[in-house]
Amino acid sequence: MLKKYFSKENICWIIFAAVIFTLITFLMNVGVIGSYYQITLYNICINVILAVSLNLIIGVCGQFSLGHAGFMCIGAYSAAIVVRSMSNLLGFALGVGIGIVISTIAALIVSIPTLRLRGDYLAIATLGFSEIIRIIVLNLKITNGAAGLSGIAKLTTWPLLFVLMVASIVIVTNFSRSRQGRACISIREDEIASEAMGINTTRYKTTAFVIGAALASVAGALYACNFYVIKPDLFTFNKSIDILVMVVFGGMGSMTGSVIAAAFIGVLNMLLQNFSSIRMVIYGVVLVAIMIFRPGGLLGTKEFTFSALLHRKRKEKGRK
Amino acid sequence: MTQFLQQLVNGLSLGSIYALIALGYTMVYGIIKLINFAHGDIYMLGAFVAFYATRYFQLNFFLALIVAMLFCGVLGVVIERIAYKPLRHATRITALITAMGVSYILEYGTQFLAGSDVKTFPEGLLGNLTLELGGVRISMQQIMIFAVTILLMLALTYIVNRTRMGRAMRAVSVDEEAAQLMGISVDRTISFTFLLGSVLAGAAGVLVGVYYNSINPLMGMTPGLKAFIAAVFGGIGIIPGAMIGGLSIGIAETLVIAYGSSLYKDAIVYVILILILIIKPAGLLGKHVKEKV
Amino acid sequence: MTLLSVKGLTKNFGGLCAVSNVSMEIGEGELIGLIGPNGAGKTTFFNLLTGVYEPSEGTIELNVNGKMTDIAGMKPYRVTQLGLARTFQNIRLFKSMTAIENVKIAMHKDIRYGSLSAILRLPSYYKEEERVEREAQELLKVVGLYEKRNERADNLPYGEQRRLEIARALAARPRILFLDEPAAGMNPQETASLTQLIHQIRNDFRITIVLIEHDMSLVMKICERIYVLDYGKCIANGTPQEIKNNEFVIKAYLGEEI
Repeated sequence: MLKKYFSKENICWIIFAAVIFTLITFLMNVGVIGSYYQITLYNICINVILAVSLNLIIGVCGQFSLGHAGFMCIGAYSAAIVVRSMSNLLGFALGVGIGIVISTIAALIVSIPTLRLRGDYLAIATLGFSEIIRIIVLNLKITNGAAGLSGIAKLTTWPLLFVLMVASIVIVTNFSRSRQGRACISIREDEIASEAMGINTTRYKTTAFVIGAALASVAGALYACNFYVIKPDLFTFNKSIDILVMVVFGGMGSMTGSVIAAAFIGVLNMLLQNFSSIRMVIYGVVLVAIMIFRPGGLLGTKEFTFSALLHRKRKEKGRK
Repeated sequence: MTQFLQQLVNGLSLGSIYALIALGYTMVYGIIKLINFAHGDIYMLGAFVAFYATRYFQLNFFLALIVAMLFCGVLGVVIERIAYKPLRHATRITALITAMGVSYILEYGTQFLAGSDVKTFPEGLLGNLTLELGGVRISMQQIMIFAVTILLMLALTYIVNRTRMGRAMRAVSVDEEAAQLMGISVDRTISFTFLLGSVLAGAAGVLVGVYYNSINPLMGMTPGLKAFIAAVFGGIGIIPGAMIGGLSIGIAETLVIAYGSSLYKDAIVYVILILILIIKPAGLLGKHVKEKV
Repeated sequence: MTLLSVKGLTKNFGGLCAVSNVSMEIGEGELIGLIGPNGAGKTTFFNLLTGVYEPSEGTIELNVNGKMTDIAGMKPYRVTQLGLARTFQNIRLFKSMTAIENVKIAMHKDIRYGSLSAILRLPSYYKEEERVEREAQELLKVVGLYEKRNERADNLPYGEQRRLEIARALAARPRILFLDEPAAGMNPQETASLTQLIHQIRNDFRITIVLIEHDMSLVMKICERIYVLDYGKCIANGTPQEIKNNEFVIKAYLGEEI
């Protein structure tokens, strides 16, 4: 069985992740990635978690959700509230745990009535739910209303962030390549046929939704413990759209695409900082242009795998 | 009781504005199945055009209204041609993100050009006359909202039901390809739909600017969403549905502010949305169509 | 032994009575044909049996472990889990998935590992996935699509898509297999090999088959019993020979004048 865990493909990925991690750590230590770029880097990693988790719901399962920011909001506030009175890693873990529990419950409450809906209706319903979450946060005492919470200890360290990001990617890809993931894909392809093949469609839609929501809340916790301050304004409908853009731009159903898109958009946002007055206009133009010229996203549904790469190399050799 | 009636009048004026915006959403969705998120921003631009027309060109209310409607109508058509037409057969999500992109361009473009400060309309544009009926106060602005809304809705109903173009719109919304085979120019029909929808949104923008007397570049977002919800509430794609939906949402919101907490005024709209989707997913006037197996 | 017993099944859509008071007995191992003119309610009847529609009236009883259980109005996935699988008249494959993945989806209910083992890749995941891969390949061999197992479903030619649908339905390990116009759109050669395939499936898998078909030569050749629907009513049932000579059937198909 160990042989399966350490297949060529998996070893390649482990090495790849280790190299990236060491390289970036090194670059940060020698100061090539300064504190300014570090903000972008952390943002990208958090966005990767958000994009990958939303991709599970939209790309894999085909359920059009516009409410991802709501779950991120839950995670951020849960972590912030716990960490403010217990500012160590244990507090962070506790905060993440509470966030996962609350967002799972919220996702169940959202999904049971709404996942019967299709397409645009589902999108609007999830949007409504996430706005309701935000309005509740805006009106609660414990969340300090519109002013938000500040003085959250910075517990999001680079190794922690990297590990959680990799874990999220692994969870989502492993899930989507299992019988449960296949069931989700079949729902995306043809819900009626899927049900006729013995798949409890409601159950798997809910499962995908809950996993996505839980991961989004982890991302929220990392966000809160990185940026010192959080307020309800950060988790509006526009945040959901930002995440959606990454998913669609990368290619729906492609996790590799989501990672690349999150990085691309992170860098784009950083470059646009210098043009702050027309930043959002340029962002809008880029969005429209990407959608018109590349409607299927960067990678479509393709995934990058090492075995495909090795395979191609072998083929090229064979031709020579 | 008087207070309730007063709130009802206020609700109706807010609802009329939602209804005008909702009509554009519903027509566009009915014909190309796109949630046109930029629609709320067309409404915002209507208000801005009227602001400049009255403040710097000293136009009176009616001229400003007409100028704003024309401007928005043309803008709607241009946006459709440039941004949405290439994506007519792309997936819904792609089209939706494009609409978001357009929305960002309009919002932040306006902010860039006009500044992000709140602007106020000239005083006394409609006079300060107030009607009092058994203790219920109706302002000149509200009367104007009702009058313009009713007039536009009548005109719209006439166009959709009685003219050639209206028939073409209905045909394309049922089956685009069949309509094309019958000699209907689908492109022109879709452009016309955007024109109508945007004209109405422009009018709504002017009315809201006069009513609340303050405008800003991001003012379109929330009313846009609420108007869309109104359209869903009434049954998306159905014109009377959008009218009923708009009025209901406006009244509900006003009553929550009056008798509940203004903090939850936005929440009520979403709660209504979710309830209607659960109870009657196709909306108040919509028919549920089950997929054929 | 009776496997499925349908009594007084009726379905109204608004004022239209699509299926009206139809009864049917299906014994274990039978191969039954369901014929009738267009719009006679055949597909609606299938949809009622497989849970897509809820009947307006009547009962559908399935023999589950020797006990007759009413499955009318059950959700389609429950019905499939109890042993009824189907194909669709207007092919409904999972288009962007490969042929073998299509088959694997129908095996879902018989795969034993949970979400946690999937995410953590516990040994049960590898064990079960290996078995599923093997069995799916076997099924594709049966319908002659083994070579094309890694092709996307929508890239297969029409006839092969129909065969893949049959393989997919078989993967759900049904006791009764419902085929909705399996030969529609096929040329004579394809139909002939399909006929053979249906025979082979019945013998190798020992399952009961009910099929809707317009191709009379196919129906007459392989079905042991035939039910005829017209305007939602069952107007005749019997052996192919009896049906051929039944005056109501002739009337329904050819009009009054004969």
